[in-house]
Amino acid sequence: MSQLSPTSRKNRRVAFLATGVVIGMIGLSYAAVPFYKAFCKATGFGGTTQRAEKAPDKATDKFISVRFDANTSNDLGWEFHARKTEMQVKIGEQTMAYYDARNTSTRTVTGSAIFNVSPPSAGAYFNKIQCFCFTKHTLQPGQAAEFPVMFFVDPALLDNPDAAGIKEITLSYTFYPAVPDTTAAAQTN
Amino acid sequence: MAMAYAANEEHSHDDHSHDPTGWRRYVYSTNHKDIGTMYLWFAIFAGCLGGILSVMMRLELAQPGIQYFSGLAQIVYGASADAAVDQGRHMYNVFVTAHGLIMVFFMIMPAMIGGFGNWFVPLMIGAPDMAFPRMNNISFWLLIPAISLLVISMFVGGPAGMHGAGTGWTIYAPLSSFTGHPGPAVDFAILSLHIAGASSILGAINFITTIFNMRAPGMTLHKMPLFVWSVLVTVFLLLLSMPVLAGAITMLLTDRNFGTSFFVAAKGGDPVLFQHLFWFFGHPEVYILILPGFGIVSQIVSTFSKKPVFGYLGMAYAMVAIGVVGFVVWAHHMYTVGLDVDTQAYFVAATMIIAVPTGVKIFSWIATMWGGSIEFRAPMIWAVGFIFLFTVGGVTGVVLSNAGVDRSLQDTYYVVAHFHYTMSLGATFAIFAGWYYWFPKIFGYMYNETIAKLHFWVTFIGVNLVFFPQHFLGLAGMPRRYIDYPAAFAGWNQVSTIGSLISAGGVVIFLIGVVMAFVKKEKAPNNPWGVGATTLEWTLTSPPPFHQFSTLPVIK
Repeated sequence: MSQLSPTSRKNRRVAFLATGVVIGMIGLSYAAVPFYKAFCKATGFGGTTQRAEKAPDKATDKFISVRFDANTSNDLGWEFHARKTEMQVKIGEQTMAYYDARNTSTRTVTGSAIFNVSPPSAGAYFNKIQCFCFTKHTLQPGQAAEFPVMFFVDPALLDNPDAAGIKEITLSYTFYPAVPDTTAAAQTN
Repeated sequence: MAMAYAANEEHSHDDHSHDPTGWRRYVYSTNHKDIGTMYLWFAIFAGCLGGILSVMMRLELAQPGIQYFSGLAQIVYGASADAAVDQGRHMYNVFVTAHGLIMVFFMIMPAMIGGFGNWFVPLMIGAPDMAFPRMNNISFWLLIPAISLLVISMFVGGPAGMHGAGTGWTIYAPLSSFTGHPGPAVDFAILSLHIAGASSILGAINFITTIFNMRAPGMTLHKMPLFVWSVLVTVFLLLLSMPVLAGAITMLLTDRNFGTSFFVAAKGGDPVLFQHLFWFFGHPEVYILILPGFGIVSQIVSTFSKKPVFGYLGMAYAMVAIGVVGFVVWAHHMYTVGLDVDTQAYFVAATMIIAVPTGVKIFSWIATMWGGSIEFRAPMIWAVGFIFLFTVGGVTGVVLSNAGVDRSLQDTYYVVAHFHYTMSLGATFAIFAGWYYWFPKIFGYMYNETIAKLHFWVTFIGVNLVFFPQHFLGLAGMPRRYIDYPAAFAGWNQVSTIGSLISAGGVVIFLIGVVMAFVKKEKAPNNPWGVGATTLEWTLTSPPPFHQFSTLPVIK
């Protein structure tokens, strides 16, 4: 370094700083992935549902319609549908709904469900207490299973001017093939 | 700015004899002027390539139905007659994609930043060369593999049974994921972008260092010509945004090939995240394309009005403001992904605020001309054309910034018209303005004034015929990125296609003008523009000596 002129040394410093900025921005683009997940979870962005331990003590007397949607990916080989496609529920009331699944293929298949609600602005108020979507499920050929989901709609929905007008929330699941989970750790929301 | 310069050097000393000649002069070049010239030729080549793609798309769209692309798919991909219709449809989308990527990464950026930036940033700040001449060389030569990979991507497998990446320049997942494009075409396009991005980032580091460290004595930041300011802001945008694109497309690449799930919904990823990352890069990118044009136009308007530019500091900081605000408006490209109404309101407001510094620039150019002794030479009419076209594009931009209006206009030809008025017409007119302004300095020959003006008028009429009717088509609901359309849209599409052919004629006139200038070899004076041209490059010979400013000029 000693043979470098002062200008070269200055140039080097600026170039190193600029390279640092570039590396930092690449790092930030990857940091955006967990940040975005946390953002969706916190705000219900994109219809991301919430998890709760229990429903509020007192339900309101307002009703809202909840529709249930079921989808599977092409390569799963399951039949999967909601037992009831629509329910009228009291806002704040804990409700149980059921989906039915059956492995129609000739092999053992493990699946996990991804989910969201529509309209997206309802995501922050749709709370699941228990859900089959929290874990992976393995079905033997021909095996059928009942998948329950326990949920409530947060009464805070009524206080949000952007969401209070919602008359109907659609809860949608799509089952995809998954790698069996040997540790059986529950998927987080 | 009043500047006085110390006497410039004459190259009588013996380092002249070491100047490289032949192919080594260019392939091994570390000279900012030679590298700039190569960038300019490269941009002309890429512009013709991207232009041919666009004319073919316009010919296809001249009337409803599928005219050419089925046949083209049969010839190029050897598709059977049955498969040719679908292959042709996909091929149209491949053309859309390649046209966009080529024009953005291989035409506008190389011309403005690599070409004019390389040539005139060192000259204007009184520097002998760029800070890192060898890095400058690799920046240029990386573009060759980059464009080659992109061209190859058009001929390898894309979606099942088809060829090429038909994703648009936005390469949104999941269309660009394994789901939509299982073939390697998207991988080739991604690698092309990686290399082009690396080239730009290296260039950006070089410009930042040059502008910060190598200004001649007395050339303070607030005395720098506006073109240098524009390049400085541009390269900062590049430095901050390009790595985000690199990150996003690397995630896409690993999703496609190595089993990650950044954008794969089945495994808990989210495709919308790709849009956020892409537009965090993409929005600054469109300012990267236009800001150097602002700089070029400022120099030209001042030169041919024979007045210093009106509101110099306002002009410089307007560009800084556009650059800064440009980083916090990205979601206006994705109003329909389910943003809540408050978020949309923020992005609407932030986007509209950009109209303020942009307005400062437009009005300052007009104020520069006001009361000036205006001379309508070719560079000036191109610059005035730029101001007009860019303003049209800016106004439709304010319309589109409204989330409510955008609901109905997104992905229609209104958007196509908007961004072509700002980018393809605005940026291209600025490039041509710069080309005629600096042609005598770069090559030492005068261009033919009549041909340059003819080039302007043919292009001006042509491009307006192409894109103005697309506003009507978009308002009527015609979606973009389709090979076919209902018969109701036929009329204006025909007009648009005629305009595209006229514009292509403009390109031919341009090329004739270039050839004629080199055939006639009419020697250019050191300063062909007179008293209005006050920046340092005009104090040098035309073309400048191989090495300049061995004795640094002193700016008072």
